[in-house]
Formats: sequence, C-alpha cells, structure tokens
Amino acid sequence: MRTTAILAITTALAATPATAMNKSVTIASWGGSYQEAQSKALFEPAAAATGIEVKQETYGGMSDVRLQVSSRRVTLDIVASGSGSAARAAAEGLLEPLDYDIIDVSTFYPTLYTEHCVGGDVFSTVYAWNTDTYGNNGPRSWADFFDVEKFPGSRAYRGKVAGALEGALMADGVAPENVYRVLDSEAGIERAIDKIRELKPHIAVFWTSGAQHAQLMKDGEVDMTSGWNGRFDNAKKDGGRVAYSFDQALLDYDCFAIPKGAPNKDVAMEFLAEISKPRYQDDLPKYITYGPTNKAAYETGVITAAQAAGLPSSPENAARQLPVSLEWYAKWETIADELYQEMLTE
Amino acid sequence: MDAAANRAGLRFDDRLERLKLFGLASPAILLILAILVIPVGWLFHVSFIGADGNFSLENYERMLARKSYARIFRTTFEVGFLTTGLCVLIGYPLAYFISGLPGRLANLCLITVLLPFWTSLLVRTYAWLVLLQKRGLVNDWAISLGLWDEPIKIVHNMTGNLIGMVHIMLPFLILPVYGAMRSIDRDYMKAAANLGAGPNRAFWTVFFPLTLPGLFAGSLMVFILCLGFFVTPAVLGGGKVIMVSMKIVSNIELFVNWGAASALGVVLLVLTMLILWIASRFLNLERITAGGGN
Repeated sequence: MRTTAILAITTALAATPATAMNKSVTIASWGGSYQEAQSKALFEPAAAATGIEVKQETYGGMSDVRLQVSSRRVTLDIVASGSGSAARAAAEGLLEPLDYDIIDVSTFYPTLYTEHCVGGDVFSTVYAWNTDTYGNNGPRSWADFFDVEKFPGSRAYRGKVAGALEGALMADGVAPENVYRVLDSEAGIERAIDKIRELKPHIAVFWTSGAQHAQLMKDGEVDMTSGWNGRFDNAKKDGGRVAYSFDQALLDYDCFAIPKGAPNKDVAMEFLAEISKPRYQDDLPKYITYGPTNKAAYETGVITAAQAAGLPSSPENAARQLPVSLEWYAKWETIADELYQEMLTE
Repeated sequence: MDAAANRAGLRFDDRLERLKLFGLASPAILLILAILVIPVGWLFHVSFIGADGNFSLENYERMLARKSYARIFRTTFEVGFLTTGLCVLIGYPLAYFISGLPGRLANLCLITVLLPFWTSLLVRTYAWLVLLQKRGLVNDWAISLGLWDEPIKIVHNMTGNLIGMVHIMLPFLILPVYGAMRSIDRDYMKAAANLGAGPNRAFWTVFFPLTLPGLFAGSLMVFILCLGFFVTPAVLGGGKVIMVSMKIVSNIELFVNWGAASALGVVLLVLTMLILWIASRFLNLERITAGGGN
C-alpha cells in the first residue's frame, strides 16, 4: 500500500491543477515485477499526462471482481487480467463493454482485443531450464521437457489447468495446430492429464504464481519449469541461471477490463484509451520482456531491434508459438480444472 | 416465617442471581450470536444454492462424484493428527523440562518459546522454505558436514509442511501443558517416592495423569487450528499437500457461486464436530477443558 500512497502523491504533484482534482481510477493488477513494469511504463506516465489520479492495488483475479459485482460493492475501475479469465468473466456479465470510439485500436493486432477487454501486453507460457544443469543443450520442445531420460532432473509445473494441457499434448505427439481440436472433449483432456500424470513423480513443485516459478529457478530448486517468459528474464537479470525457448510456447495476452458498475467508469475508459497508445506501450519491454499489443509501438523507435527479437510478439517468435484459444477456455476450463485437481490429489 | 416461605424466597433469590448473571453475559452471547451463529447458518444456507441460484444439492453431489474431495479431507485430517502428535512428542518433554527449572530460567525459556509465536506466520513459513530447500542452509550444512551426499527433499512435500506447522503450533501445546505442570504440587512426587514408587512409576501414576487436562486442551487447540491452515501448506507443500482451505479458495476461483466453497466449509465443520463428539465419548471433555483435577 505504500507504493499506492507514493504514487498518489507523485501523480498529484505532476498533474495540472485545472484538470486534476476529481478524476481518479483504481487499478488492480498482479503485483511483483509485472505490476512494477506496468506502473513505470503505463500507469505513472499516463497519469502525469492526463491528470488522472491512479490508485494501484493487487488482487486475486476475476474471482475478486465476481465478488465485488455480485455484492454490488465495486471498488475497482480497471483490472489487469489474463485473456482467458477475462473472456469467462465477460461471458458471466461481470465486465462493462469497452467503447472503441474512445479507445483507439486501429493499429492493434486484431486478435488482441475483445468487446470487454483490451490487450495490454503479449506474453508466452514457455518451458525454462537451469543452464547449470543442462548447459547449452537445453530442451527444444515440450517432448524434451517431459523426457526425464534424455533430460534427468526435477521439474515444476502449474498447479492450475490454464496453460498446462497444451504442452503435455504436444509432448504426446499432437501437432500444435491440432492441440485444441484434440482437447475439445473430455477424452482429449484426460489424454493430456495422463501425460502429466506420467511426469508427476518428477514434478517437485506445482507452482501457483509467476513470482514462485521465477524464485524456483533462481534458487535452483528445480531443473526445469513451465512459466511466463518475462519472469524468467527478470530472474536472469537478478543472476538466476535460467534460459527458455519460444519453440512450441503458448502465445497469450493480458488485457485490461472494467468491472460492471465500476465507480469511475468514464474516467477508466479515458485512462484505458491513454495507456493503449503506442507511446506508453513501447516502454513496457524496458521493464519486462512482454510485447506490445499495439503494432504501432514497434514503429516509435523506442523498441530496439535487439529488444524486439526477444519479445513474444515479434513476428519471428510469434510464428514458433501456439496462440491460446479463448473459446476453448470459455468452454472447458472449469471441467478441465476439476479433472486436473483429481490428478493433483492422487 | 415458615420453612416453605423461606425456601420460596431462596429460590427467588437464586433465580434473580441467575438472571443477573445472564444479563452480565448477554453482550458476549450477542457477540457470539452475531459473529458465529448467524454466519455459520448463512454458510449452511448458501451451500445448498446451486449455480443457477436455486435450491440444489449439486455442491454436495460434486464432492461425492469427484475422488479428489475425499482425498483432500483425508489429507487435512492426516495433517491435523500428525501435527498434533508431533507437537505432543516434542512439546510435552520440553514443558516438563521448563517446569522443573528455577523461576528466572524458566521465564527465559518460555520467552524463547513465545518469541516465534509473536513473529508473523508468513515470515516463519518463508523462512522455513529458505532453510529447507534443495540449496538451502540445512542441505548445505548437512552435505558439508558429510551427513548426506545429495540434497534431500525436505520441503515442497508433506515433510516440509509438517516441519513448518509443528513449529507454528508448538506454543499452543506447550503453554497449557506448562500451566498444568506448574500447578502440580511437587510434594505429590515425594509422597509417591515415600510410598515406594520409583521415579518412573511416580511420574506415570501421579504426575502424568495430573497433566492430562492441560495436554488434552493443548492437543485439541492444535488439532482444530491445523484443520484450517492455508498459508503453510500452500508454501511448504509444493502444491502437493492440498488441504480443505486451499480447495475452498480454488473452488471460489473456479466456480461462479459461493455454494461450491460453502459446502466444503460445512462438511469440514460437521466432520470436526463429529470427531470432537467421538473424542468426548471417550474422554470427559468438560472435565478436561475445565482444567480441574477433581
């Protein structure tokens, strides 16, 4: 909460008195190095430019929004969310539709915004490995990740179903383009879970947060893990012996949404329009290796060619990955997660 | 004044007295009603509401249909029993040791028992993670001392979880046991010796039974608190020790309604009360918790 206070003070100081006074928004995100990057690249500069006062919070995801909306006590104006959970929340009617007359998405990748959620950054779910254990001969595919004979060592894997089944199916020999077709039935979901079941004796930890899987790699607690690419880059910056690959990674995006009944809905819309502009998005990769959702951000000259090459959404990297299917998550996530929990408790 | 009128007067005084006591207790009774009875009743009510908002048994049916729920309850009670057992094994001898020390030394020892008690649970849990992990202090030192060659797995599993939970729960056992031990007149032991009992026999036939009320009160507290643990198993269990509280959180995230989570709470409550009831059949709970030796 201290960051919130400091931020409120700095934004108040930076804002011009004429426009500043009554406009404020409360934004909730995931904390850690991720929110810090959002704060530095998007929230603080946009607050200074618009005079909107920003209060930041961390939250537990769409379940918090669900609670606020159902009890009609909404305090959050903007939430950062994974695309899949945002799609589910939208289907449940928990989100306000976004006004794309205000938010300019003309230069956005067309798949990175929806009626209720506008993309904020592109990230990848990758497999990462300890460079002390495997040197330069790390895994090159999910099949390698699941192969404990070729790559002996302990693993970590996600404790929830999101992003967990796709890699397992690819390891089981399904071509990336067929993954969601195979997963479109309980039998297909079971097939993927069986593959993880096989690996389970070697899975030392089922992680539950990005901060956790970054820490596991930094401490050398496990030799390989699945996880989000930006966290690994930051772990590496802190001296962690970790590398990852975009081959067969899952291309996904985070987005911003407005909870239904948000107290400052109009200001929130204005603020989303601001942070979606290329001049803010092009700063994000400085702080975390997540790519912009606005294509024009690559053209401002701020993102160097070398930086772009390391981002999940650079054309070359994107081509090596499987884009996450929001339709699949909307349809199957609840059932799949129940089956996944069965496997976890065995 | 005849005897009958006297008796009636006494009865009236008695009733008045009880009424006054009730009046004094009423704020507490109201508080318990407001913060315990009503919410638990609400929880019970919500657990019977399905995803569509109508009365439904689906939240309970789900628990029967999926095997993971039974496993999670088993894990929860297993963790409760194991932690309680380990706390007794470690805490009882320690309390006995401290109770035999002279006053100032005993106070010092008690402070060392209490000090971690005043430290945040979260901090202690993460401290254990740092100590116990593969390249943590424990493994590093043990390897450099030649105790074992490869790092052993003492965290991200049941072992790590139990180490953390026993550490956190120990004061809850030591304090009531220590209290019971301090209140025992040590002359009883001398009397036992005088009557021909060896130290062992004197301990088991005289001292130990007198500490039982404290021991049961402590164990009960440890056991019940263990059933609701969340942070420690989540951090030290490595995603493999899944207790009911964790499932409650994941169910709130997963399902749209509160019923799915409330039903878990209701079942946990009922099972816990069942265990207490069974325990009270074998042990005289009231006498034990009253702490009396009569």
